[in-house]
Amino acid sequence: MEFAKIRSQPLVWILLVAVILAIVLSFLSPFFMTVGNMTNLSKQVSIVAILAAGQAVVIISGGIDLSVGSILALSAVVIGALIQVDVDPMLATLAGLMTGTIAGLVNGIVITRGNIPPFIATLGMLGIARGLALVITEGVSYQVLVPFFLFIGNSKFLGLPIPLYFVLLTFLIVAIMMHMTVFGRHVYAIGGDERVARLEGIPVDRQKIKIYMLSGFLAALAAVVMTGRLAATPPSVAQGIELQAIAAVIIGGVSFVGGRGLVVTALIGALIMAMITNGLNILGISSFYQQVLIGMVIIAAVWLDNLKTASR
Amino acid sequence: MSQKPPLVEMRHISKHFGGIQALTDAELELYPGEVLGVLGHNGAGKSTLIKILAGAEKANEGAIFIDGHEAHIDDPNDARGLGIETIYQELALCGNLNAPANLYMGRELSKWGFLRKRAMKEEAEKALSRLNIRIKSLDVEVEAMSGGQRQAISISRAVHFDTKILIMDEPTAALGMEESRMVMELTVELKKQGIGIIWISHDIHEVYNFTDRITILHGGTNVVTAPTKDFTQDEIVSMIISGRPIEHSNKANSD
Ligand SMILES: Nc1ncnc2c1ncn2[C@@H]1O[C@H](COP(=O)(O)OP(=O)(O)OP(=O)(O)O)[C@@H](O)[C@H]1O
Ligand SMILES: [Mg+2]
Repeated sequence: MEFAKIRSQPLVWILLVAVILAIVLSFLSPFFMTVGNMTNLSKQVSIVAILAAGQAVVIISGGIDLSVGSILALSAVVIGALIQVDVDPMLATLAGLMTGTIAGLVNGIVITRGNIPPFIATLGMLGIARGLALVITEGVSYQVLVPFFLFIGNSKFLGLPIPLYFVLLTFLIVAIMMHMTVFGRHVYAIGGDERVARLEGIPVDRQKIKIYMLSGFLAALAAVVMTGRLAATPPSVAQGIELQAIAAVIIGGVSFVGGRGLVVTALIGALIMAMITNGLNILGISSFYQQVLIGMVIIAAVWLDNLKTASR
Repeated sequence: MSQKPPLVEMRHISKHFGGIQALTDAELELYPGEVLGVLGHNGAGKSTLIKILAGAEKANEGAIFIDGHEAHIDDPNDARGLGIETIYQELALCGNLNAPANLYMGRELSKWGFLRKRAMKEEAEKALSRLNIRIKSLDVEVEAMSGGQRQAISISRAVHFDTKILIMDEPTAALGMEESRMVMELTVELKKQGIGIIWISHDIHEVYNFTDRITILHGGTNVVTAPTKDFTQDEIVSMIISGRPIEHSNKANSD
């Protein structure tokens, strides 16, 4: 993969940061590297990581998706409501995934046909999807105690928690899409220069719609994992999580301008954020400081990236 | 050459950008196997005219005929479908992608939606060697390349596919002498294959030696359209500046 070769540098850097952070934390606390904590960590990271995969694609295309937290909630609520009336869990899951994908489709159509900037369009969807989730449930959280979701939330396979498999599969598939398919090539081209992409006959609007559908679908996939973990679907779930997903992408070194970066780095970005939160928790440091630290990490990540670009 | 039916006819083309009238009733005819020079001062409407043919802009008025049939060119894909390839003045390359990716942009070689990267790279190598342009590595992003190298990629892309009509908007502007000569030679070769070429340039010497016919635009309207050698270089320059046709005396009898 020639593209990966050129971009391997940032990947190495961000991996190094993650490894150093892990080593430091394991020295600071003997609990950090325990199986229990690692399981905990991977569960914590899973939701943000799945969202970050979609967000990375959107950001590489030069856009932004602020609506993923709300789409997650709406999809979860659809699942919860259907489970409530004894619909088969698989069917309910399918309906949830459809809900997220359709919300993404609406984002894509508003952005391309309506010529509304992604920031505005998805900001609108942030309100709409969250509002619908509250309308459907009248603010009530449904319990989801069916085996399928309990399995997702609590079981392990080969010693690893199930959500982790969701994350790994998501990143594997999205990475293949981005680096080996025509669709991925078009995402990079659109993010690089949309005007040129149009001149060269790339169906920009169609590909953009697909991009936002993918992001919506992944938000719904995150909703499935979330439902499993919480055994419930509170309509107010995952508020502000879109900002964490965006932060993960940025910390991973994906350029906010578009056209550059690897999706996998978003996973490592999400891991770094989760490690900071988790590490400070173990060390008994107030969660107020965690926010301060993550904020500083975001700025530092972009600052370091600028330094690297300048020295090119 | 005028016996053959025209490859391209653009009739009564008008185009405005908001309040700016870029073209008024402009005309263009291109025959197979000829190089047509499109001349004019900066802002005369040259690029706008060819962008309309390339599907990058839409005319407000007028019609386009390809091989005698009216063509509705609504977007760049329509133009490509008709065998129209364009080297834009702004080159139209994605700086974040490498040469093969740019060469095949919008028509990537693929199987089941998966890119055939190796095939594209090999083809790109061949296409670029045709112009004898030295590019160290095809993996390098185009952004990191020199202006001439970028122009070479843009030219290679335009001639790589099944081209019938080639539009070149200042194709040699960023090229060195040697590279310019290569482009000229390539163009002569394409001409022999019966391809019609539209050549926009400010280099009057180049235009004079290289084009079969010229059309001069001034303020978005044609001043004159005639065989190049009907005029002297000085006369052409004076028409570009004044925007008024010259009754030529020295080389009459050509029509
Ligand atoms: N996208 C656009 N928006 C607004 N005005 C435009 C646009 N494109 C061209 N124009 C205007 O149309 C006129 C013709 O421009 P055009 O680019 O066709 O000139 P040109 O003959 O190619 O000039 P040059 O030799 O400098 O390339 C100019 O007045 C220009 O400002
Ligand atoms: Mg021009």
